[in-house]
Amino acid sequence: MNAQREPTLVVGRLTTRFAGLGGAVTAVDEVSFNVAPGEVLGLVGESGSGKSMTGFSILGLVDPPGEITGGSIRLKGRELRGLPAREWRALRGDRIAMIFQDPMMTLNPVLRIDTQMIETVRAHRRVSRDAAREMARDALARVGIPSPDERLRAYPHQLSGGMRQRVAIAIALLNAPDLIIADEPTTALDVTIQAQILFEMQTLCRESGTALIWITHDLAVVAGLADRVCVMYAGRIVEQGSTAQVLETPAHPYTRGLLDSTPAANVQPDKAGRPQPLRQIPGMAPSLKELPAGCAFRPRCTRASTLCEQTPPEVELARGHVARCFHPLSAAEGLKS
Amino acid sequence: MSAPQPARTAALQEAPAQAPANGSTIAPLLELKAIRKTFGAQPDWVERLGQRLGWLQPAAMVQALDGVDLSIARGEVVGLVGESGCGKSTLGRIAVGLHAPSSGRRLWRGTDLDALPEAERRRAGLGIQMIFQDPYASLNPRLRVRDLLAEAPRVHGLIDRTQQAEFVAALLRQVGLDPAVADRFPHQFSGGQRARIGIARALAVKPEFLVCDEAVAALDVSIQAQVLNLFMRLREELGLTYLFISHDLGVVRHLSDRVAIMYLGRIVESAPSAEIFSRPAHPYTQGLLAEAPTLKVEKKRFLAIQGELPSPLAPPRGCHFHPRCPHAFERCRLEAPYLQEIAPGHVSACHLNGA
Repeated sequence: MNAQREPTLVVGRLTTRFAGLGGAVTAVDEVSFNVAPGEVLGLVGESGSGKSMTGFSILGLVDPPGEITGGSIRLKGRELRGLPAREWRALRGDRIAMIFQDPMMTLNPVLRIDTQMIETVRAHRRVSRDAAREMARDALARVGIPSPDERLRAYPHQLSGGMRQRVAIAIALLNAPDLIIADEPTTALDVTIQAQILFEMQTLCRESGTALIWITHDLAVVAGLADRVCVMYAGRIVEQGSTAQVLETPAHPYTRGLLDSTPAANVQPDKAGRPQPLRQIPGMAPSLKELPAGCAFRPRCTRASTLCEQTPPEVELARGHVARCFHPLSAAEGLKS
Repeated sequence: MSAPQPARTAALQEAPAQAPANGSTIAPLLELKAIRKTFGAQPDWVERLGQRLGWLQPAAMVQALDGVDLSIARGEVVGLVGESGCGKSTLGRIAVGLHAPSSGRRLWRGTDLDALPEAERRRAGLGIQMIFQDPYASLNPRLRVRDLLAEAPRVHGLIDRTQQAEFVAALLRQVGLDPAVADRFPHQFSGGQRARIGIARALAVKPEFLVCDEAVAALDVSIQAQVLNLFMRLREELGLTYLFISHDLGVVRHLSDRVAIMYLGRIVESAPSAEIFSRPAHPYTQGLLAEAPTLKVEKKRFLAIQGELPSPLAPPRGCHFHPRCPHAFERCRLEAPYLQEIAPGHVSACHLNGA
């Protein structure tokens, strides 16, 4: 957004491949985006679209047979690709933090909350246990946990799902990272708890200038949270732009299809009071092993032509609004097809 | 909403808390009356003696359902919405007969199911089938699709061996699958296809009433839309009645004629779908609607409901919602509100209704 601010993260043509018996599979295919300080980027896609793998790649968490085969990841100007393991360890949990869908993946079930939080602080800086404990207490208070002193002495199983996720968020915030990657952190939570956490994350990032990548399948969550949105399909970003550009005037037929498939959007009942059928995308997402040549969405797309057998170009439709499509919807078509 | 069919008119006027017989000629298809359900171990004689002598505290019981009334008319789609732990799945399981209620009655077309002899109850039970959330866990991985689908109708004597192949093919076509897949195992299908097989299995015994417990929650958006459209097509074709349990307000709004909102074991509000989304009366419903994410691009202040669902082991006194309610006053802490009709077909349980 802000021209003079340098982006926190610059991802350029990032490619992650998995070697397998039936040949290599490209899980992340030339993905490029930036995130500015204090900005929330929504990374949206269905299962298998490569959105989580993009997050893992940025964190250097791709295990063999997976491998980052191309592109660059620059955090505040520093190239992360090819960093030795020791430097990665210093970086993760300090400058970059991750929040997972299931907080029990982050929390150790046999350690008290305070033990885990103090460990996180002292792994990255030389402070006394008391000072680290004080920081942990403040972090819990910041994510809206009532009576943080008591919660510090609790074990993870003594907390509700919403509380556990807040603790996981507090741990991510402990060392004031430059970048947080959140992978479906509210998907398992109830609507009221999700709403509380979304609100808190928004405020925290804005106040501290932390860049946030929010990975989700839910366009409605992104609509109320993100500043910019990337839509992924079969490993590629097919459309990116500001939240308003992507959700209000989508240019890629897949984005339009996703929006039409979301029940909340179609609320006009017909004359008999019955809801109209959802406009569905025919077929299902292709297996990454047998992707069609050119545009991967081609077999399900109503606008596809022989042209789409070539790799589609990136078309800039408006400032910052880019779609990878030969036949993008015009602003008027995107508005209501 | 012009000129709905007779069955639907009855459905809309039939408030769940009302007695069924006053004037309406059509008995509801399924009626649940004053259902209570508690979970917990029954004390054995040592524990009972200990409690009698005051040595032991009675074991805590989870009160999952606290006097729930729900009636569903033929052809109606009722959406049941609530957060996890509110008892919506337990209510669905009681409707199907997978759980027995601790107290309360289950009426199928006006006759009490639990008073029927065993054989008749099983026959009536065929009319109510369930579709589960997880299409991976609810299909036996070692059975081929044709056996999965034909097992129940054969056990119940609806078809014999010679009709089986044709029967399975017809079922698969009905849910939009190719009959050629009948020889495959569940692991050879995608999530959306497995959901369709789960639906076909429920349809195999010719039910009139389907309980769908989070039936589309595990599916991707584009697949979810396909399955929701299938539910709506089957409703038209087969005249099915649904109890659609979901936490997703968008899905429920899209599908339901009437919506019931549950909170901690009680129904707090029930109204025709259009009414509840335009004029929610209960503070909990208002909060839920305000917090549900929508596709509208706007930065929201997510601050309507504070706190979390209290433990069903020790539900708060009075109105269960009062510790989180922005409008709570003294009476809410002491006295549980009952469902009152505030508009035709619209009931809400809140002390503010009369005020």
